[in-house]
Amino acid sequence: MNILALETSTEYCSVALWRNGVVHARCELAGQKHSEMLMGMVDALLHEADCGLHEVDGIAFGKGPGSFTGVRIASGVAQGLALGLQREIVGVCTLLALAQASGKQRVLAVLDARMSELYLAAYELREGEWQESIAPCLCNAEHAPMLVGAGWHGVGSGFAVAGEALQTRYAGLLDSVDAGAVPQAAAVAALAVTEFAGGRALDAAQALPLYLRDKVALKTCER
Amino acid sequence: MALILGIESSCDETGIALYHTERGLLAHTLHSQIALHNEYGGVVPELASRDHVRHISPLIRAALSKANCTLPDIDAIAYTQGPGLGGALLVGASVANALAYALGIPTIPVHHLEGHLLSPLLSTPAPEFPFVALLVSGGHTQLMRVDSVGQYSLLGETLDDAAGEAFDKSAKLLGLDYPGGALLSRLAQRGTPGRIKLPRPMLHSGDFDFSFSGLKTAVLLAVQQNDTDEQTRADIAHAVQSAIVDVLASKALSALKHSGLKQLVVAGGVGANQQLRAQLNQAAQQRNFKVFYPDLEFCTDNGAMIAFAGAARLQHARRDYRFDIKPRWDLQQINHAS
Ligand SMILES: Nc1ncnc2c1ncn2[C@@H]1O[C@H](COP(=O)(O)OP(=O)(O)OP(=O)(O)O)[C@@H](O)[C@H]1O
Repeated sequence: MNILALETSTEYCSVALWRNGVVHARCELAGQKHSEMLMGMVDALLHEADCGLHEVDGIAFGKGPGSFTGVRIASGVAQGLALGLQREIVGVCTLLALAQASGKQRVLAVLDARMSELYLAAYELREGEWQESIAPCLCNAEHAPMLVGAGWHGVGSGFAVAGEALQTRYAGLLDSVDAGAVPQAAAVAALAVTEFAGGRALDAAQALPLYLRDKVALKTCER
Repeated sequence: MALILGIESSCDETGIALYHTERGLLAHTLHSQIALHNEYGGVVPELASRDHVRHISPLIRAALSKANCTLPDIDAIAYTQGPGLGGALLVGASVANALAYALGIPTIPVHHLEGHLLSPLLSTPAPEFPFVALLVSGGHTQLMRVDSVGQYSLLGETLDDAAGEAFDKSAKLLGLDYPGGALLSRLAQRGTPGRIKLPRPMLHSGDFDFSFSGLKTAVLLAVQQNDTDEQTRADIAHAVQSAIVDVLASKALSALKHSGLKQLVVAGGVGANQQLRAQLNQAAQQRNFKVFYPDLEFCTDNGAMIAFAGAARLQHARRDYRFDIKPRWDLQQINHAS
């Protein structure tokens, strides 16, 4: 099975190809130039892995949470590729991708959501499968949902912007922290493989972003 | 001979179309977000983008099935590259480029206003180059001389608000829903001509420029100084429409005279306005010129005009699949690209 994965939810742009167990990946700092770089990176990746476009069996993308525009680029490109190649899509949560790439068993993944808020989720690896301990949510550090048990590994940009507040909130529960990690396509691909194998892939038109923040403007009657 | 898929997503309409260079327009599908933005009193860019990404793939499939075509039949994909809302443009651009890459076909980035300008060519009878175009939409008010595809010279434009914006802002002051242009025009039908007087900004400025921002102040005053009964609101609506239409028509006529051309093309959402059409039609008879409008469904944003403009620019098709969008983009800048 060959799975092509896209991740554009942060200032990094990454693509990966899971090719029968071997992962080829590329990652570049894109700033806001994802749209100009993404397709070129996909093309170069397929070349490097010597994989024809039509040998791709499924498309995966980092569906968010993250930059709204970023996740929509991945979603749009995933939809376009899946429509054109007549393939299905798996959208992978960026917080889970962080957990997957961390190499740890109990992971608190936190991304900077701007406006003093965080995207946060916690996962535990049990018998090779990730279990959600805290479902992905939008919160601030002070009121973040509680973790059960100790020995957690903290990961993601949330620790760069709210490290102290998170340490206070989860005092004694965090063993280690990696604030520099970003969600990457390689982890998205690896997670998607299980979904494809389990028959949980979606039709191209259903490859939609996960925003978490839904209140983006005030209605006339709320002003 | 080529089949072009057109994708429009620059503002609050997702439009898809299939245009064949010999068989003409085969199908088009549209999803309007007017109802979505209504509660917010204007277009919310983030919500617009979210809605585009939800509807774009189903609309592409619907257009294909209407046209009885399949994806491999498509020879190129045209998409709106700008101007417009960045996030919204990116949705169309990303789907267009990825789909074209997957199909192994080129893309054609299209200027949204070029789509509007050329949209009357989708109707019969169609104008022939050269012509004068009056482009009047929610975001633009321009008079152009169009010599051929890609040869556009600006004769004049609004210095502040667009005509559609003037309609919408006045409509809001009259308590109408957003976007109120069409509603105001309906209300104006019951209005008494001449009861309320409003200024006609820059009518005699001697150039082809417009200014509509002062009008809303005058409308605000008219609303405050008069009763709010239904008839008075209709009278004000009538005055607003007459003021805007008089200026648009009068400047369009001077532009025709100045350029010596005999064809006027009206494009953009405000081109749907019946009083504007009536006034221009009457002038056309008296002064012996022809006036062309896009079919009503192609006045506002749509995919057909993008597919059509793409077909006209087939020689500019690209295969780099870099989708650099241009939220701000002057139409005149594309002249020498052709
Ligand atoms: N019958 C009408 N009379 C007056 N104005 C109208 C009428 N119908 C539509 N409009 C106006 O047309 C505008 C919408 O046109 P259109 O969709 O072409 O523009 P837009 O997408 O807002 O802007 P642009 O195309 O410049 O980016 C709105 O301002 C609307 O109120």
